[in-house]
Amino acid sequence: MATSPATQSAERKPAPTAGGNAIVARGLTRRFGNLVAVDHVDLTVARAQVYGFLGPNGSGKSTTIRMLCGLLLPSSGDIEVLGYKIPQQAEPLKRRIGYMTQKFSLYDDLTVRENLEFVAAVHEFDRARARARIAALLERYWLGNLRDQLAGTMSGGQKQRLALAAAVLHEPELLLLDEPTSAVDPQSRREFWDSLFALVDAGTTILVSTHYMDEAERCHRLAILDRGVLVADGTPRELADALPGQVLLIDCDNPRQAQHALTNLPGIAAMAQIGASLRVLTEDGTNRHDAIVAKLREAGIDARVETTRPNLEDVFVAATRQRPSEDAPARAAQP
Amino acid sequence: MNLRRLLSIVVKELRQLRRDRLTFAMIVGIPTMQLLVFGYAINMDVRHLDAAVLDQAHSAHSREVVAAMAQTGVMDFHYQLHQPQEIDALLRQGKISAALVIPPDFERRLAEAAAPQAAGAGLARAPLQIVVDGSDQIVQQAARQLGALPLQALLNPGQATPSANVEIVNFYNPERRAPVNTVPGLIGVILTMTMVLFTAMAIVRERERGNLEFLIATPVSPAELTIGKVLPFVGIGLVQVTVVLLLGVAIFHVPINGSLLDIYGAALAFIIASLSLGVFLSTLAKSQFQAMQMAFFTFLPQILLSGFMFPYAGMPRPAQWLAEILPMTHFMRLIRGIMLRGATLVELWPALAAIGAFCVVVLGIAILRTRKRLD
Repeated sequence: MATSPATQSAERKPAPTAGGNAIVARGLTRRFGNLVAVDHVDLTVARAQVYGFLGPNGSGKSTTIRMLCGLLLPSSGDIEVLGYKIPQQAEPLKRRIGYMTQKFSLYDDLTVRENLEFVAAVHEFDRARARARIAALLERYWLGNLRDQLAGTMSGGQKQRLALAAAVLHEPELLLLDEPTSAVDPQSRREFWDSLFALVDAGTTILVSTHYMDEAERCHRLAILDRGVLVADGTPRELADALPGQVLLIDCDNPRQAQHALTNLPGIAAMAQIGASLRVLTEDGTNRHDAIVAKLREAGIDARVETTRPNLEDVFVAATRQRPSEDAPARAAQP
Repeated sequence: MNLRRLLSIVVKELRQLRRDRLTFAMIVGIPTMQLLVFGYAINMDVRHLDAAVLDQAHSAHSREVVAAMAQTGVMDFHYQLHQPQEIDALLRQGKISAALVIPPDFERRLAEAAAPQAAGAGLARAPLQIVVDGSDQIVQQAARQLGALPLQALLNPGQATPSANVEIVNFYNPERRAPVNTVPGLIGVILTMTMVLFTAMAIVRERERGNLEFLIATPVSPAELTIGKVLPFVGIGLVQVTVVLLLGVAIFHVPINGSLLDIYGAALAFIIASLSLGVFLSTLAKSQFQAMQMAFFTFLPQILLSGFMFPYAGMPRPAQWLAEILPMTHFMRLIRGIMLRGATLVELWPALAAIGAFCVVVLGIAILRTRKRLD
């Protein structure tokens, strides 16, 4: 690529100072034709944290991450990542970030070792340094006995460990992970998150998108995206505390029947059956306990109703249902 | 441009290629197969046409003429006919491509031809007639050669006969063997087919499989990526040239009159032109399938207009202009010049310059079209 004068000057600029924010984005917007994939998102990610993007498929998580690392041009908005103006200074930024794509993007027809050797060479490691670094990564990510296996023949969890090893090979300050655990079993997911916290302890900032609640729960902070709009932003606890509605747990013999009975009761935002109980989210802080008990009794259902602590799923449900869904049909698959 | 990164991409490509058995087999298989098919099958100097003879004269001379015609090897007489209508039927059924007709008054016509002044006013009638299936031009041309058969000399060996008006002196290919002409051109055909296709597909594959999204988030530059991916193919192209040359000399005894260095120089220039075209196509194609379609779209004009199959001189003006743009046309001039006529690259510089110009323009457009982004 022809280096433009702008990127050259950026490369000469001293490294941005540590501390402060790793990512600051203001009014970030991206349109694909008529579809607004990302709509005026404001984002602040502090250093040495795991910052989560929670949202359903097509909510703009991937598009946002791609804009943050300069792979897509924003339609409007300002981005600063590690002190670099993006997209103008995307090239020098690329030496300091690691990016793990949603789909496995290393080479299926190369072995684990060959893939890592390639990535090391791309980052201009000399032979000795590459060998030492690859040996360390193979050990840390339990890839040692897979070193000569073709990447295409490995399991989802193994591929994901390889992809993470490749993304962190050059010890980036910022790691962008796009749904890294979508093709991985629960045990591998736990191990994967342990590795992420080890990286954060070493000072790495991690931005990770997910649609798993348990993963979102583990983030230091998270943002909930819905149809391209950032609808909530804070620590998991803050988000749960800020929930306007109440959460009620209804224990009864037939939760489905109870759900049917409560369908038209005003003030109920959402209901979900959890095993033998029904979890009810109300629209606002008004106490609906008595109204619900009365309604159930009216339907001849004997139930125990108690308020409970909201969890992240309640926050997610509340956040993604509040907006009118007039643009819902325009929602498209992720580009 | 960083050499270590460039090299890492070349190494990666070679490692992938080593595991890609099909492509690997095609590198040697395509040139071998094409050489054998084209070398043996394409022969414009037609022999052994299926033919019939209708001898209405039944004289000693007529039998002699039929024997002489058979001897040329151009026609194989499978049918002895008795009625002129039979010719029509056989031609229509495709059983014969030509028929030799000897009229009942053959002896008289022969005498007239021998002494034209005695024949009085009108033109002398030809003593022989050859009916040809004109739907195939090459067959027609072959039969026309027989029209030049010196009948008088054949029948009266003692007599002096007027010699042909124009004598054709055949330089460079005195035996008129087709492979001498086809094999050098085949180097061009094989290189266009494999080089354009392989590069376009190799680059698009990276995009299709998602590897590109990972790569563009690293410091790799588009130039490093493109050159790194294309460099191994330069080596592969030279291997293919070697295969064709070796087989061409061993099987078809194709002469190499020029210097080997010049041949490889011309081939290298043409390989780079074909790779540039492949890179350009890869910037247009969205999938490997599209890349393949586009590559095939460029093959036809290159093969048909380059002079490989049909002489450049016989083409209408617009076709010639188009041919001048195609690198294969210039490569045909280079490779035939060097291999058959013993010319040097320096003597043929305009063709070399034209290939160079093609590379600069096409690769330039391709690089301008390459963005290190997904949109």
